[in-house]
Amino acid sequence: MMTIIVVVAVILVVIAGSQLLKIAELRALSKGELIYEVSEKEGKQSGLLMLGFFAAFMAFFAWQMWSWYGLKLPVSASAHGVDTDWLTGATYAVITPVFILTNGLLFFFCFKYSYSSTRKATFFSHSNKLEMIWTIAPSLVLTVLILMGLSNWNKIMTPIADEDDRVLIELTGQQFTWTARYAGADKKLGRSHVTLIEGVNATGVDATDDNAKDDKLVKGEFHLPVGMPVQFVFRSLDAIHSAYMPHFRSQMNCVPGITTQFNFVPTKTTEEMRKITNNDEFNYVLLCNKICGAAHYNMQMDIVVESQEDYDKWLAEQKTFVE
Amino acid sequence: MSTHHHHAKDFLFTYIFSTDHKMISKQFLVTGFLMGFIGLIMSTLFRLQLGWPGESFEMIELLMGSWQEDGVMAPDKYLSLVTMHGTIMVFFLLTAGLSGTFSNLLIPLQIGARDMASGFLNMLSYWFFFISSVVMLCSLFVEGGAASAGWTIYPPLSALPQAIPGSGAGMTLWLVSMSIFIVSSLLGSLNYIVTILNMRTKGMSMTRLPLTIWAFLLTAILGVLSFPVLLSAALLLVFDRSFGTSFYLSDIYIGGQVLEHSGGSPILFEHLFWFLGHPEVYIVLLPALGITSEIISTMTRKPIFGYRAMIGSMMAIGFLSFIVWGHHMFLTGMNPFLGSVFTFTTLLIAIPSAVKVFNYLTTLWKGNIVFTPATMFSVGLVSTFISGGVTGLILGNSALDINVHDTYFVVGHFHIVMGLSAIFGMFAGVYHWFPKLFGRMMNNKLGNIHFWITICCAYGVFFPMHFLGFAGVPRRYYTNSEFPMFDNMIDINVFISVCAILAMIGQLVFFFNFVYSAFRGPKAPMNPWKGNTLEWTSPVEHFHGNWYGEIPAVYRWPYDYSKVNANGEYVYGEDFIPQTTPLGDDEKDGGEH
Ligand code: HEM
Ligand SMILES: [Cu+2]
Ligand SMILES: [Cu+2]
Repeated sequence: MMTIIVVVAVILVVIAGSQLLKIAELRALSKGELIYEVSEKEGKQSGLLMLGFFAAFMAFFAWQMWSWYGLKLPVSASAHGVDTDWLTGATYAVITPVFILTNGLLFFFCFKYSYSSTRKATFFSHSNKLEMIWTIAPSLVLTVLILMGLSNWNKIMTPIADEDDRVLIELTGQQFTWTARYAGADKKLGRSHVTLIEGVNATGVDATDDNAKDDKLVKGEFHLPVGMPVQFVFRSLDAIHSAYMPHFRSQMNCVPGITTQFNFVPTKTTEEMRKITNNDEFNYVLLCNKICGAAHYNMQMDIVVESQEDYDKWLAEQKTFVE
Repeated sequence: MSTHHHHAKDFLFTYIFSTDHKMISKQFLVTGFLMGFIGLIMSTLFRLQLGWPGESFEMIELLMGSWQEDGVMAPDKYLSLVTMHGTIMVFFLLTAGLSGTFSNLLIPLQIGARDMASGFLNMLSYWFFFISSVVMLCSLFVEGGAASAGWTIYPPLSALPQAIPGSGAGMTLWLVSMSIFIVSSLLGSLNYIVTILNMRTKGMSMTRLPLTIWAFLLTAILGVLSFPVLLSAALLLVFDRSFGTSFYLSDIYIGGQVLEHSGGSPILFEHLFWFLGHPEVYIVLLPALGITSEIISTMTRKPIFGYRAMIGSMMAIGFLSFIVWGHHMFLTGMNPFLGSVFTFTTLLIAIPSAVKVFNYLTTLWKGNIVFTPATMFSVGLVSTFISGGVTGLILGNSALDINVHDTYFVVGHFHIVMGLSAIFGMFAGVYHWFPKLFGRMMNNKLGNIHFWITICCAYGVFFPMHFLGFAGVPRRYYTNSEFPMFDNMIDINVFISVCAILAMIGQLVFFFNFVYSAFRGPKAPMNPWKGNTLEWTSPVEHFHGNWYGEIPAVYRWPYDYSKVNANGEYVYGEDFIPQTTPLGDDEKDGGEH
């Protein structure tokens, strides 16, 4: 019934619309005008609307900043993340004025120079000087941004060399769960292969490898000691996943067949972050950020950052892989 | 009886298997728009789910009835819709629909040729496109549903039906459809290149070509160089899926089983895909930029500012677009040094892009702007190109990309800079060249309404997505409700969805205007916008060959608008000088004084 009403309504609107268009056209003709020619008055109106749109656009922008900017991720909980945030901020400091100014000029020109029969457009076809300016100015700004970005990037991507002074964790993604493997006392991860997956050996750790004997497999949540560099190694068993830990400004794809890596130093415990965010239920999370199947939207693992003692205690409670 | 037979044959070769570029252009336009409309409906459907997760909707029930009995979308159907939406919008609407329509319409008309170099290949190009559209749509109805691995179809997800149901028959049809599509695109592009290089009329040197033609030429070159790479990527994927090879697969354990594939790498696929994928962005964008350059110059009654710089920057963008694909892959574990190189090349693209924007602004400055709907959409394009472009500086910088990669920040960025810009360019082109397409005029008032609804709603949809990105919300999520940290995103999502629904309704105004005007709009004069280019010297009625008698010769560049002499009077009494007007003795060409 509803459908029939809608269909009938649409048909009526279309018929009425067609008639109105025809009438408008005939009326224009009777006044000796052509309906498709934009009159000066209409042009001025459009120009004004353009200016109005810009004002509305900026108001919209301000309103969003006001109501939604606060929803952004809290301060970075990793050491490098502070630099990332700073550079992101610096980039915004460059692009926001450019965004406002160029949009502003665009809509202002539309308003200012809308058609007038008494004015002539200026024949101005090129100017080497101007073109030089707006080639060189962006180049300079970009050079600075690139250089800062690259130094940041190289710092972040350099693996932690010192094997004694780091926590080594392997994260394995699988539709639609995560498994963390801790290197154990020897600080070395044992070999693993998909053919060895069986029961609790969820990631196929090779039991015959000496390095594997004290490895620990953890599900549900994993812990990190605050202030200690953490070296992550990533694997996947099926589709590509991406290990995204937004609070640490950290992300790396997990690709079947190869291992990838990333490292960071967590700087704030879960407790501290709960205070900062004013939220007793706050938890760090690891989420999957590469489409990997139907339940991609729910592939998560909690992360707990705590003091070294708490961490050592927690780790001691976890069973080694052979147990 | 025999006359009847004759008529049928006439009809068949005039409207169906036509080799006339103008008819083929219309065929591309209508097919592209139909596909685009389907893509739009899909986005509305999944926006319903994102705005009001898990709720039941009559619209979902009506349109997806047999799949979603209760009107609630299932997670894998959500991914199918997103995948099909992306594929349709990027390839079917904005590659074939946009280039197919305007390259076909404008190349012969603006360079002064009677038709494309090969009318027959041109016809084949359309029919391959048509077949691939049909195959793509059919894939919605097969068992397991349409492809659902994202429009980027990364293996192993796209290779293994165990991984997601859409990777069964749906994915097979996706690959078949895209292969046919690529054939269509190659036939079209080769034709465009050959035509532009060889069939220009007397006097039409390369530096007298309108910027539209330069844009189409560069677009076609990009297509010819990059689409074959996607074709090979797709073929290897077919081998992996159907014949047990391991180009992209290795060490996989799924559904309790270890697969036999070994030694391949999905990263190889990503490289091949993005070697097309990034130039594809410019295949979508350049024609739109060309179209608006032409329209802005004509409608401001001013020469385009920096004609040569515009060509140079399009060439630079085209060239650079082949060496930046790695910015989609910063986080695949690639060597960090390689990441640095891609950051460098990516941010370089910002320079020619900035040059283009400033040149547009200077063209508007001190113009005498006639606000047709085409003008408005062109202005809209410049705005979206700016608003979407600036965030590219965040995404292209590898260090910053780490935190926003694959979040809604990306969805906001690429929709604005690529989706909206290209769509706006396409709308602008349709309004502007409608008189050449259909011999009639569209209604300006409805066009203006369409523009205002579209730009307001479009920013309303895509601007807030950046804020979702700041909060770390990943894209391609069926719902955000599994994470407490995203609980207060629901306001933004509702806002976006409401704007999306309004945007869709706004497009109905356009469709009505389009269909009505095509059949009943006022008859078009030969040169309604007082343009300089050659298409406005060809008669309104369509016939094979474009000009009665000789093809006109060309004597000047296309942008002599408002050219005045020493006394400040228009050189020929009018504010425009068609390309067919011989140069006066004291006149210089190319905008020199
Ligand atoms: C009002 C119109 C549109 C709306 C509301 C819309 C909305 C969306 C949304 C919300 C997504 C992300 C879904 C997700 O990640 O879960 C998406 C994906 C996408 N859209 Fe649109 N879109 C629109 C028009 C367009 C246009 C014009 C293009 C052309 C470039 C486009 C191209 C894409 C692509 C390529 C994707 C990515 C698909 C994927 O993740 O595989 N969309 N769209
Ligand atoms: Cu996943
Ligand atoms: Cu790219």
